[in-house]
Amino acid sequence: MKSSCLQLKALCLAACLVWTGLTTALAKEALPMAQDPVLEKRLVLISEELRCLVCQNESLASSRAELANDLREEVRKLIAQNQSDQQIKDYLVNRYGDFVLYRPQVKPMTWVLWFGPFLLLAAAVWGMFSYIRQRQSAQTAGVALSDADRHKVQAILKSGDAP
Amino acid sequence: MKKFFIPLGIFLVLVAFLAVGLKRNPQEIPSPLLGKPAPLFSLSTLDTGGAKFGPQDMRGKVWMLNVWATWCAACRDEHPLLVALSKANQLPIVGLNYKEVQAQDAPAGRQLTPEDKLRIARERSAVWLQRLGDPYVVSVFDLDGRVGIDYGVYGVPETYIIDKEGVIRFKQVGAVTLETLQSQILPLLQKLNAS
Amino acid sequence: MIVEVGHFALILAAFVALLQGVLPLAGTLNGHQRWQALARPTAIVQFLLIAVSYAVLTNAAVTDDFSVKYIAEHSNSLLPVQYKVASVWGGHEGSLLLWVLMLSGWTLAVALFSRTLPLAMVARVIAVLGFVSVGFLSFILITSSPFERLLPAPLDGRDLNPLLQDPGLVIHPPMLYMGYVGFSVAFAFAISALLSGRMDAAWARWSRPWTVVAWIFMTIGIALGSWWAYYELGWGGWWFWDPVENASLMPWLFGTALIHALMVTDKRGGFKAWSVLLAIGAFSLCLLGTFLVRSGVLTSVHAFASDPKRGVFILIFLVIVVGISLTLFAWRAPRATLGGKIALVSRESMLLANSVLLVVATGAVLLGTIYPLIIDALNLGKLSVGAPYFNAVFVPLMVPVVFLMVPGGIAHWRESRGKELGRQMRWPALAAVLAAAVILIFSERGTWLTAMGMALAAWVVVGLLVQIVARVQKPGRIPLSFWGMHLAHLGIAVVVVGITLVKGYEIERDVRMGLNDTVSIENYTFELVGLNEVNGPNYKAMRATVNVSKDQKPLEVLYPEKRRYFSTAMPMTEAAIDAGPLRDLYVSLGEAIEGDKPQWSVRVYYKPFVSWLWYGAILMALGGLLAVSDRRYRKSALSAAS
Repeated sequence: MKSSCLQLKALCLAACLVWTGLTTALAKEALPMAQDPVLEKRLVLISEELRCLVCQNESLASSRAELANDLREEVRKLIAQNQSDQQIKDYLVNRYGDFVLYRPQVKPMTWVLWFGPFLLLAAAVWGMFSYIRQRQSAQTAGVALSDADRHKVQAILKSGDAP
Repeated sequence: MKKFFIPLGIFLVLVAFLAVGLKRNPQEIPSPLLGKPAPLFSLSTLDTGGAKFGPQDMRGKVWMLNVWATWCAACRDEHPLLVALSKANQLPIVGLNYKEVQAQDAPAGRQLTPEDKLRIARERSAVWLQRLGDPYVVSVFDLDGRVGIDYGVYGVPETYIIDKEGVIRFKQVGAVTLETLQSQILPLLQKLNAS
Repeated sequence: MIVEVGHFALILAAFVALLQGVLPLAGTLNGHQRWQALARPTAIVQFLLIAVSYAVLTNAAVTDDFSVKYIAEHSNSLLPVQYKVASVWGGHEGSLLLWVLMLSGWTLAVALFSRTLPLAMVARVIAVLGFVSVGFLSFILITSSPFERLLPAPLDGRDLNPLLQDPGLVIHPPMLYMGYVGFSVAFAFAISALLSGRMDAAWARWSRPWTVVAWIFMTIGIALGSWWAYYELGWGGWWFWDPVENASLMPWLFGTALIHALMVTDKRGGFKAWSVLLAIGAFSLCLLGTFLVRSGVLTSVHAFASDPKRGVFILIFLVIVVGISLTLFAWRAPRATLGGKIALVSRESMLLANSVLLVVATGAVLLGTIYPLIIDALNLGKLSVGAPYFNAVFVPLMVPVVFLMVPGGIAHWRESRGKELGRQMRWPALAAVLAAAVILIFSERGTWLTAMGMALAAWVVVGLLVQIVARVQKPGRIPLSFWGMHLAHLGIAVVVVGITLVKGYEIERDVRMGLNDTVSIENYTFELVGLNEVNGPNYKAMRATVNVSKDQKPLEVLYPEKRRYFSTAMPMTEAAIDAGPLRDLYVSLGEAIEGDKPQWSVRVYYKPFVSWLWYGAILMALGGLLAVSDRRYRKSALSAAS
């Protein structure tokens, strides 16, 4: 009994293998464009933060320009040399300047940029709370009369006309 | 109350920046290489003898590096000026032929080898320089653009002035004009030659 | 000959606009009712003149009149007729003509739908709009006339940029411009309030419907732009923080703040000066956007061909309009009386927080957009500020805004007890925690960012459900504005879900495919089965046939193309998309690859819930529409006039 079960299993397995072999031979799983998908993933992450220098505001990751291809190839080489993200960015900044970074470096020149919004937030929130505190006490909930209206009222009061 | 004037104040500051911004060109990228040593390279020359050339060969001289290609229209525009400059013997000019051979130059179904590319580039440049004049003391070929990347090249033509110690002192993006020559390049040459 | 008629009509329109500006306004100063009454007729005449001018330009496009320089530059005889019509706004000059057409259209609407407003107010509003129109018409006539001739006329036009030859182009700019221009009405109401000295609840009540309608158009316009970029550009992106995109986002953020602030001014008479300032700010941002996009100070894929002379003109116009407005504000606003007392925990304080936060968020976007310009102007060099910055700064600033939608809706006017509020928010809080937990525990690729996004969305959705349930249990009819508010807020939650899930779970495969090769993502399989050349009306294309199957069963056939338009050398990618409510399958054809057997580079994307971005925008627009349809705006006797 056992041996025939085993035989059946072996037969099934063999059939499966043959079937898989046939189908994969007929329709091939497409190879990735990149030689090394892991490296490519890192390339995409880095190049999304870099600017294509000859385009009208596109990232290095998405641009199809000639220079963009060359620079991506350069970044691939640097990744293959085990350079860190920061080293790769420095490499490009040394050659092309800060312009090539889409994420501005945090340095005195960009403190206003990076900290400004949050300082603004803090100031705004503080201003808002102090304004609300100021208005905790009831104020006159009247509507201001415009000058024209005020004259009208005064005229009416003076002349004693009924409204 | 004074605080109601704050929005106006902020607006006026903003406008001041915008007004200045109108005079600037957002596409012009300044080079971070100014004041730094010219990146070294060793490239094949127009001469098929196998000689190589690099910036180290120009030590002790003030010289100009001109990045160009035959497919570049603006290079054609600036070329007569370079020829005139070379004739006036102001300084040696080295031509860096940049990415002369491109993907579409390959015949269908075949890849071009580096030797193929060098050969085609040499042929094309020789013809071009013969027709339009050769201002270069030596012409080298940056076929894959790697030297260009080291120099921060992002378009052609681009021109550098390098001093006696091999330090980059000036970069012009785009064609060299008579105006640039007169107002920037020649005065700089005087200064560098004097030192 | 007809072309010159169009030009002449525009010149006349400029004079009429000047009259429209000067006479009614003078009438409010010297009390001459007859002058004030000139507002409506001049607005009607101006509209008719500009309409004629616009019709002339459109006619030139449709009849292939290439002696008109603008048509020669932006159109082509092979262009399908709908794109000829759309080419009128495909370039700088024509799009400005569309702008003034819409401005005169909105002014006409104000003239026609303002029967219940006091004449003096109508006069002021239309006068302000008249002055704005004078500015734009002068700009067109002096620097950017679309009626310039090109003689001898070329045989054919240069063609509309292939990227723009798309149904999206037909709708996106007009929608967006309706929004931009619509905010000028809110602006005009605000200036009118400042001029008259009556910054009261009445101003807010009249201004609200106009503001909301403009906001609706702006929402649709921005969403269309995003959707268009998504399917047209070929790599599945939908927001790039490009300066021109930011130029539309900033007025939208301010507009949202304005809508919320106006609620307080309308109902409680509070925040008068703040609402006026927001209205001025929203329109100023529209004008600033016009400047940024057309002056060449910033690099953008969207920018029109730039010309510093135009930039100078717009800048001067900007200085005049905004400078005068803000000076008027500084002078008159202090007179506005304060509204009632505001408790720390109340709907008023929540709405205040909403508008303050939105203003800060707008400030951040503005700072990032013009920072490169500032650094350059200060001679400190050149730097770039791109998506990484904006994502890092904008998202944290918007989280509290979305969060506040729940307490803001639950809190009462005047005062709400903190404990009571907390009690009503326990269900949303629970939902948020659950959503976050589900993501973090059960999803392999779920990050804390994804968890937070879903938590926020759950918070909002359950929050609005709680409010709806509470309200329907109470007696009394429920106004449409109630449904409008919740629908719009639901729309935001839907957008948040879309962004969170697509960013968290999208998958991209960049592969080389030969015939019968396959690539799989999740349980979908893509097989390249054919590649043919096809001919379009003005292009030639390589079209791939891709069979898509799900769980091994055939689902759909997609036809991505790579087009080469006759007029330009640049190849265009036409992505093929199988859009669905829960996911998009996106296939983009690249270039042929050199090698022994024919292979093509193909990009396949799986984008879960990306359509929710646009469903959400539709919900927001519908919510706005419901709010505007509320009975109180349709009541003929608006007894708001005090």
